[in-house]
Amino acid sequence: MAKEIHLKVRRQAGPKSKPYWEEFKIPYEPQHNIISVLMRIRENPVNTEGKRVEPVVWEANCMEEVCGACSVIVNGVPRQACATLIDGLEQPIVLEPLSKFPVVRDIQVDREKMFNALHMVKAWIQIDTVHDIHQGSPRIDPAVAQERYTYSRCMTCGCCMEACPQFHDDSKFVGPAPLGQVAMHNKHPTGAYHKADRLHTIMGEGGITDCGNAQNCVQVCPKEIPLTTGIGELSRDTTIQWFRDLLRK
Amino acid sequence: MAKRAKPKVIVVGGGLGGLWAALRALENGHPVDLFSLFPVKRSHSCCAQGGINACMDTKGQGDSIEQHIMDTIKGGAYLVDQPPVKTMCEDAPGLMRTFDRMGVTFSRTAEGVLDLRLFGGVKNKRTLFAGASSGQQLLYAVDEQIRAHEEGGLLKKYEWWEFLSVLKDGDGRCRGISALDLKSMEVRAFRADAVVLATGGLGLVYNQSTNSTNSTGAAASRVYQQGAHFTNGEFIQFHPTGMKGHDKHRLMSEASRGEGGRVWVPKQAGDTRDPLTIPEGERFYFLEEWYPAYGNTVPRDVASRAIWKAVRHMGLGLGGEDMVYLDLTHLDRGFLDRRLGGILEMYETFAGQDPRAVPMKIFPAVHYSMGGLWCDYEADVNSGAMAAKHPSNHQTNIPGLFACGECDYQYHGANRLGANSLLSASFSGSIAGNAVSLYLTNLDRTGDSVPEAALADEVKRQTAINGDILNRTNGENPYTLHTDLGKIMQDWVRVERSNQELDLALEAFKGLKERAANVALDDKAEWANAGLPYARQVQDMIVLAEVIAKSARMRDECRGSHYKPEFELKMPDAHPGDPAYDEYVRKWKANNEKWLKHTMAKHTASGPEITYKPVDTSIISPDVPRDYR
Repeated sequence: MAKEIHLKVRRQAGPKSKPYWEEFKIPYEPQHNIISVLMRIRENPVNTEGKRVEPVVWEANCMEEVCGACSVIVNGVPRQACATLIDGLEQPIVLEPLSKFPVVRDIQVDREKMFNALHMVKAWIQIDTVHDIHQGSPRIDPAVAQERYTYSRCMTCGCCMEACPQFHDDSKFVGPAPLGQVAMHNKHPTGAYHKADRLHTIMGEGGITDCGNAQNCVQVCPKEIPLTTGIGELSRDTTIQWFRDLLRK
Repeated sequence: MAKRAKPKVIVVGGGLGGLWAALRALENGHPVDLFSLFPVKRSHSCCAQGGINACMDTKGQGDSIEQHIMDTIKGGAYLVDQPPVKTMCEDAPGLMRTFDRMGVTFSRTAEGVLDLRLFGGVKNKRTLFAGASSGQQLLYAVDEQIRAHEEGGLLKKYEWWEFLSVLKDGDGRCRGISALDLKSMEVRAFRADAVVLATGGLGLVYNQSTNSTNSTGAAASRVYQQGAHFTNGEFIQFHPTGMKGHDKHRLMSEASRGEGGRVWVPKQAGDTRDPLTIPEGERFYFLEEWYPAYGNTVPRDVASRAIWKAVRHMGLGLGGEDMVYLDLTHLDRGFLDRRLGGILEMYETFAGQDPRAVPMKIFPAVHYSMGGLWCDYEADVNSGAMAAKHPSNHQTNIPGLFACGECDYQYHGANRLGANSLLSASFSGSIAGNAVSLYLTNLDRTGDSVPEAALADEVKRQTAINGDILNRTNGENPYTLHTDLGKIMQDWVRVERSNQELDLALEAFKGLKERAANVALDDKAEWANAGLPYARQVQDMIVLAEVIAKSARMRDECRGSHYKPEFELKMPDAHPGDPAYDEYVRKWKANNEKWLKHTMAKHTASGPEITYKPVDTSIISPDVPRDYR
């Protein structure tokens, strides 16, 4: 077993600064994850050249793979740093910021684009008021509830966006995660009232047809959300919607 | 003439409490500026696993709202103002209907209605849940509603901003905040007509807890240092089933006990056999043995102390270490996957073992602060409940500053029942959002705002604090300081407490404070400097730690999560009707005369000043001690 934990981090002082690589080593202890190692290093941030440097800047919060904050590329794969245990990783462990979002600093990135996409696709259920109206939603088939739950575990972490070849700076593609949210909201009995509105948001440029069916998204999703299934359903739904729109013209 | 805009509300914190407060204020027509350390969807509410309590009574158990009120009050060892609890429990089913309409992915029965599960400290199924990520699901639904409101233009989000202080006008009313932009490191002042603080828990004061890394309590500490009172700080919940890690203690949901999980240790100390090979007769199911009526679903404080007793006093910890088994291996795999999937995956990820096949190893971990910022409420004379709409509700002693969610002290008394926190966070946010509107309706806004110069002064003052830290060389390392703070708290302000140890802690804080005043950073950058806010949080955490320890030092009794064996009133091995039991009840009541009161901490230059405030027990008189045997 390794005697030490060796990290190689792609660093960047700010959004426009030049990236550089820096390496760190700490003594091996079992059950470390990427964030707990970075925490260890920040207390005594000495690189492998023996130089005291600025601690690495990262984003994390829940440390339980449920908040979506700590997405980072580990040895080439986008994943949640807090849930990536050191044991079993090839060393040196290479950390890079997600490449599809602007770097804030080091491995921290700005995923505002993803949250904006949730606006764009109207990822919510319209309710009249938050007051109690003395009724809940209509009953829901437990199988549908379970299916919606699968999509609703999406943490907006951005791993699927990172892995998607169609989602990048030069493309307008909305990306897999927001599409998953469309699928989810359309499956709700009252959410379905505005199904057409949501479908229309993904029927133009940057919408569903920009998906290249690479299927990378499902492979990297930390929550195993069936994104490609959802996208497949949406392709069918948008086609039907297109015919409907045609007939109404 | 253009209609004058309605007064503006600032909400600090984007978890369930903050988002609910914002939703209410928005629906009431107020512009809202929402501040958060990160995109609100990442808030700690998402970590709540097990569920949310509301009396739906769909299981033929005759569950009632009265029983929910009773369980909450008794579970909290009566140290809770009862009118707000009553309203919370009464409103809970309506709140669930709203969540349901928002599209929360609640788990459902075969018939398509909301399913319920059993939780600790209760005998009826009362907990709605969404798989094993209930908090995440509730938070996301509210986050979506907030997003819909953003389209309307009344809401502006300030994500990546850290709250630093409240701004007060000449009358001492809260009229805005100062905050730090966590990217540009710029300090700015923001005007508003009222502020709601929904900044969550303080687990990071113990360094290692089940909380998210941003649950430092720093915001609550900052307003406490500006004069807000902090109530019942000594009541820290240790969740019985935590899983130790380098970075945090991950939580195994109480649902794992509710769904049939059994807690045990080998009867023989030092038994190193594979747990699966240990025969039933050689296992000690201590919760079931000591508390036959509730068994593994005793409340959290009781379970934590029992585990502590088995490990620290009886020496039965696994391999001599701080661990006991939480065993699910007797349950059906499919059932476990459906009901507990998420948390089992988490255990598997972090422990590298399948909890469906091998018993989990757990130990109590710091989890929740029952105490928090004091806030008011108005009781309705007719119903005895909290008046649904009143400007006093959830208002702190700083006028115009409201608190809701875990950073307030209401609802849970000396011990919180499982699945009541998602409820109290949502409910208190909703109440606070309405209270703010009512407060603003009555507020005279003619010219008594904070002068421009005062805003500039506060920005200058805060910027200077930051500058001092950034410019200092060869000072104290904030990360080491935090570790040292955590060690003091874990060692001396823990499940079992003694005045000797609490005195040691209070003494140690003095040195820690001096060191904290001299904090310096390796990182001097003026862009996205993560060390600077961290250093300031550590300084403020020490202040809060002192409140917790001092409040604990002063309370010479055992109540809920606060346990000082020296002052324990031992329940005799007898039941109601037995003279020994009656004698116990007499002593218990005498102790209530002395100690059934809220601890009120007020900040002074020389540390917290402690006074006490009576508890409102107008609904259920404290006549019957808690008894989970």
